[in-house]
Amino acid sequence: MTEITFLLNGETVRVAAEPTHTLLDWLREDRGLTGTKEGCNEGDCGACTVVVTDDLGVKALNACILFLPQLHGKAVRTVEGFKGPKGEMHPVQQAMIDHHGSQCGFCTPGFISSMIAGHQQGRSDHDVVLAGNLCRCTGYAPIIRAAEAAEAAESPSWVGDDSAEVPAAPLAFAPETEDELAAWVEANPDATLIAGATDVGLWVTKQMRDLKKVAFLNRCADLREIAIGTDSIRIGAGVTMTQLRELLGVYHPSYAEMVRRYASEQVRNAATIGGNIANGSPIGDNPPALIALGATLHLRKGAARRDLPIEDFFLDYGKQDRQPGEFVSGVTIPKSAPALRVYKLSKRFDQDISAVLGAFNVTIESGKVASARIAFGGMAGIPKRAAHVEAALVGKPWSEATVEAVIGGFPKDFQPMTDMRGSAAYRLEAAQNMLRRYFADLSGSAVNVLEVHA
Amino acid sequence: MSVAKSLPHDSGPLHVSGVARYIDDIPTPANTLHLAFGLSTVARGRITAMDLSAVRSAAGVVMVMTAEDMPFANDASPAAHDEPILSDGTVHHVGQQIFLVAATSHHAARRAARKAKITYAEEAPILTIEQALAGNSRFEEGPRVWTKGDVDAALKAAPHRLQGRLEMGGQEHFYLESQAALVFPQDNGDVIVHSSTQHPTEIQHKVAEAIGKPMNAVRVETRRMGGGFGGKESQGNALACACAVVASLTGRPAKMRYDRDDDMTITGKRHDFRIDYDVAYDDRGRVLGVDFTQYTRGGWALDLTIPVADRAMLHADNAYLLPAARITSHRLKTNTQSATAYRGFGGPQGIFGIERVMDHVAHALGLDPIEVRKVNYYQPMAKVRAGGAGDNSTPYGMEVRDFLLHEMTEKLLGTSDYARRKAEIAAWNAKSPILKRGIGFSPVKFGISFTLTHLNQAGALVHVYQDGSIHLNHGGTEMGQGLFLKVAQVAAARFGVDVSRIKITATDTAKVPNTSATAASSGSDLNGMATQAACDTIRERMAECLATLHQTTPDKVIFADDRVTVGATEMDFSQAAMTCYQNRISLSATGFYKTPDLSWDRIAGKGRPFFYFGHGAAITEVVIDTLTGENRILRADILHDVGASLNPAIDKGQVEGAYVQGAGWLTTEELVWDDKGRLRTHAPSTYKIPACSDRPEIFNVDLWDGENPEATIYRSKAVGEPPFNLGISALLALSDAVASCGAGYPDLHGPATAERVLAAVKRVRG
Repeated sequence: MTEITFLLNGETVRVAAEPTHTLLDWLREDRGLTGTKEGCNEGDCGACTVVVTDDLGVKALNACILFLPQLHGKAVRTVEGFKGPKGEMHPVQQAMIDHHGSQCGFCTPGFISSMIAGHQQGRSDHDVVLAGNLCRCTGYAPIIRAAEAAEAAESPSWVGDDSAEVPAAPLAFAPETEDELAAWVEANPDATLIAGATDVGLWVTKQMRDLKKVAFLNRCADLREIAIGTDSIRIGAGVTMTQLRELLGVYHPSYAEMVRRYASEQVRNAATIGGNIANGSPIGDNPPALIALGATLHLRKGAARRDLPIEDFFLDYGKQDRQPGEFVSGVTIPKSAPALRVYKLSKRFDQDISAVLGAFNVTIESGKVASARIAFGGMAGIPKRAAHVEAALVGKPWSEATVEAVIGGFPKDFQPMTDMRGSAAYRLEAAQNMLRRYFADLSGSAVNVLEVHA
Repeated sequence: MSVAKSLPHDSGPLHVSGVARYIDDIPTPANTLHLAFGLSTVARGRITAMDLSAVRSAAGVVMVMTAEDMPFANDASPAAHDEPILSDGTVHHVGQQIFLVAATSHHAARRAARKAKITYAEEAPILTIEQALAGNSRFEEGPRVWTKGDVDAALKAAPHRLQGRLEMGGQEHFYLESQAALVFPQDNGDVIVHSSTQHPTEIQHKVAEAIGKPMNAVRVETRRMGGGFGGKESQGNALACACAVVASLTGRPAKMRYDRDDDMTITGKRHDFRIDYDVAYDDRGRVLGVDFTQYTRGGWALDLTIPVADRAMLHADNAYLLPAARITSHRLKTNTQSATAYRGFGGPQGIFGIERVMDHVAHALGLDPIEVRKVNYYQPMAKVRAGGAGDNSTPYGMEVRDFLLHEMTEKLLGTSDYARRKAEIAAWNAKSPILKRGIGFSPVKFGISFTLTHLNQAGALVHVYQDGSIHLNHGGTEMGQGLFLKVAQVAAARFGVDVSRIKITATDTAKVPNTSATAASSGSDLNGMATQAACDTIRERMAECLATLHQTTPDKVIFADDRVTVGATEMDFSQAAMTCYQNRISLSATGFYKTPDLSWDRIAGKGRPFFYFGHGAAITEVVIDTLTGENRILRADILHDVGASLNPAIDKGQVEGAYVQGAGWLTTEELVWDDKGRLRTHAPSTYKIPACSDRPEIFNVDLWDGENPEATIYRSKAVGEPPFNLGISALLALSDAVASCGAGYPDLHGPATAERVLAAVKRVRG
């Protein structure tokens, strides 16, 4: 038990809790604030969305997979905290009533939270802001009407009050610097490291695992640094996917567009690049893109640091090249890769796990393929390069004929599996067709259904 | 008048503030027990050993029960007595409830439930339609067959004939609030049940059986559900019964709510179907005869499979006059969740079957699919009512007397600019080798009434208090559809008062008994009429009293604008109420309604099962990627008939929501079971309902301006289910886009996932 301090709807609260007690359970069961709903308890429906303010600004987060220590020193606002001191509605709340944005109402508190976070940020990309909030009744149209209607309204002062810093004493299991973290992890090699908890959260809520020893990484400020060099960018492991999306928007727009579809606003606000790599999932979306970029992974154990090409980190299904006591401290990517394209294939465009994630980075000199880095997620037990296809491409003229000639190499590189996201045959075919798409894409053809409008 | 006004949902201000209470939000006493079921991990077999010692000794556990511990009835089924609340020793699907844990917290109960050691003698499960047919595993003795005319002769003599097979998946309701119940024990072992249910009377009935008491010992209250869509018609029984049994045995309140994964693993979903068709048609695409064979997986228990399969047969014609038809329906029993009610209740599956036939015929003839549909439409209402339209009967022998789709189709073709867009899409496709667009149209004619005729009844209870405030109660339940508001608008209109005078109250079996489920789109039709009757009884009493006092006749007493005019005297409604009270007038009344003119023989497949039909039409435009099959809805135009709407904003909301849900059914929502019968898509991470950006970017929804020729409440029509069917236009648009890739027929099944679309592209390219 450790005492956590944060602002809740403008009031300072001090909570003694187990480190893996979720905010949602605490709100509903301990605090009696039942406005925030449990819809799925895995961060996929958004019914539990709350607004959190910290040094990075205002953001929406899923309370169901948010552990209380992650809130230490921050400010939380729940649906009960959006009305003014005299009970006046926030403009977003009023617009939702006026535009018939609620039917059964169960998802509504989560929508209100996401919409108010978006409103506070001055957003008008409502489909992106709300991709992580599921509504089964309305078909979303009236909710979007409400969001648009509230855009111009001024943000009420009481919501902005959360920007004040909340004094919070350091926690024993939440190191404040990377050095502290390195020492702690080396001394506790059996501990679970929690950054955004978007995956570990489910170990608790769904697998009901008891995590004996945990460390929270979100207070390590230097783990969140982004260093932009002459040719490369070093990204700290604690950089959130939201921060990464913003960064990539400048340097690697195709990768950034993939990150827009990566999970939801709430998940991107919590999830970190380091977590997505260290987790080693064969269906994590960052690794194939990073492999295609030729990224370098940075690992640290105590004072010892080592670097390796990121594809070498993934040894086998569930097995990574990480020693006990070692952790992912960051990743370095090239600043420029104009031919990088990242294609995410999933049943639903937004907030879905990829059936196939293809990342392509082919450089062409004098009409010939000078180098090729092609990597896939969802095609093997690990994120993996298409070695045969790459080898067959290099040195050949960059042409449709070449693409057709090398495409037969895919079955040598990948023997994907069949699951609920797609059959083995479909995955292989889609992967092959992604190379065809890549050729068409670089040739300037229209290849993206998301860019077509009636 | 308060009807026909677009008032916002009565709970809107509560929803947006987080203070609208659902079951899990009700404050509970500290000694409340929290329940969880232990679930089967195999699809079919017998339990040979069950070691629950680790469950019993787990932290927080107060009680563990198996079937032998159930004090009275151990049954959660709506009628067939084939759904034990706790397994009787045999298991029939992965996720069946085997034992029950009561603990001091929700998490303690769930954690403990995982500690059971159960061994099974496993048997090979029956999972597919083919396996069920091979094993003759079915409900009822054999297939149900209804016929009209001589299909075999029509097929034999046909100028053109084609056959095909259509498969369509089921659908998870994904109500945002999972199933939940909370029971408070009362004196003498009676119970008060709070249940997230569309059917409080059935909960009352099943709970009474489970605690061995008459129904009068059980009071069920339902203020609101966080979504229902049919999934809370019967699927809440097990939880409510379990809570009631524990509460009555321990004297402590008991609560149960399913974790999302448990909910999806345990509860039933929409029935999946396979439909084989053989159709005879002429050069214009006029259908001369059609032979449908429908197969559906009903899951392990009967639940509502019979009426669902019946409704699929009843909608095998959709909007089309079929001179000859045979509809054969196989209701198969499988080792999967017991499929249940879901918005449309089999109707969408039947409709998709004939829409597929229309699409296939149009493709075979090279005609515009809308033209083919138009030549097959039923005769228009005006022509039928003028006499001389000839045969205009459904395959089940009901004359269609209110058909609106000729007029509605013409209007929609105009407002959606169909012809120009179709040509523009063809031109665009010619220049776009990878991406292809498509456009599709589908109409709906949907029968309104429960097909089990006795369910078409409703009651209401209305009080006018001496201060002029009005208390309204009826048998319908609120699941977000705005029923409470629409009925309150009716009550306000009857008294000529503002809706703010009407207190909307929770559905309560102690106030209005013997209610039907809020289902079959019937909520406002039935409860609106019952409420009207109750209000009119009170109003007539008031009119008589006031007329006598002011020496006039009751017909001179006018209730309007929140005032009552009695001859030359005018008073506030509150004053009128006080006057009546002081004159010892009863200001409380019940109202009752039963739908007239229904008769139905479901075995023969003949009669008039429906009071009337609701109509709608949609045109959807899509784009597909021929390399991956990825696809997206770009635009939808909808025109829908709700008669004279009680609340256009609420009705429009139903149409928009239903369309997106219907499109979801046929695009991204895929249920996948593995070969062991385990549902692999049991959470929103793997089961994908439409997200915000999946709605059509351009989304034009209009209500048809008309009124119901039948005497429904203020001439309105039902709205819940009919527009769900309009989602079929999305699949037809995808089929159109695929068809632009080659000469073959796309033969696209539902859901048209990216994988299926890609396979169809390859198919048409040959």
